[in-house]
Amino acid sequence: MTELVIRFLVGGLVVSLFAILGDVLRPKSFAGLFAAAPSVALATIGLTIHKEGKAFAALEAKTMILGAVAFLVYAALASLILRRGKVSALVTSLVLMPVWFGLSFGLLALVAGKL
Amino acid sequence: MVELKLSGLKETRPHQYLVRFLFGGAATLLAGLVARYFGPAMGGLFLAFPAIFPATVTLIESHEKKRAAESGYDGTHRGRLAASIDAAGAALGCVGLMGFALIVWRMLPDRNPWLVVPLATIVWAAISFGLWELRKNRLFGHHPRSSAHRPHARSAP
Repeated sequence: MTELVIRFLVGGLVVSLFAILGDVLRPKSFAGLFAAAPSVALATIGLTIHKEGKAFAALEAKTMILGAVAFLVYAALASLILRRGKVSALVTSLVLMPVWFGLSFGLLALVAGKL
Repeated sequence: MVELKLSGLKETRPHQYLVRFLFGGAATLLAGLVARYFGPAMGGLFLAFPAIFPATVTLIESHEKKRAAESGYDGTHRGRLAASIDAAGAALGCVGLMGFALIVWRMLPDRNPWLVVPLATIVWAAISFGLWELRKNRLFGHHPRSSAHRPHARSAP
């Protein structure tokens, strides 16, 4: 239980710090880089290594690449839709969320035999 | 030119900071729980989950709309354009995220985590900042006339 609470607090803190960096940096396209910062990974990797070992954390990092590919497609699609200006940012980012899930699980299924 | 504008902090309200903290904490917790119950391969996907992306682009849109409203016009389109520019930046950052993960995956098993994690973070920054610079200077060039209608036209690529 304590580990989960620590994970939540550290995660919230690290993600918030990167988000604040995004708030204060201009131009917006540069600040946007921080929306894809490895904040969750940085928050969690120390705990994972401590509890599960380096091999476990390395395997997580391997499939993190697939999650990042899905994030790239998700963010690019969101940018494209928002540029047209017809749908709000909240609706666009939430409606596209299945794209991230579908792509990352799909890619994982594709490479599952090779992991 | 990249600028640091501390006034950006005042635009975000306390409850918006709280929302991002909660989403960030929840995403980190989720990644840990998924890894515990479904294994590291599944858990790893969630290390690149766009946890606060919806909150961030919504915030940017609303800030831009508010600025436009203060000038006396409807900033709906302008707000969405600003969110679009931020999302394009996030897409570039994802390539850096892949670089981060690659370094951790390949180097962590045989090396000291205290070296690998900072190195991976530097690689994320180098790839992301490098791609941003490349996009700004090489791929699209500078188009003063077309950028005149964009939010923060002077500094946006």
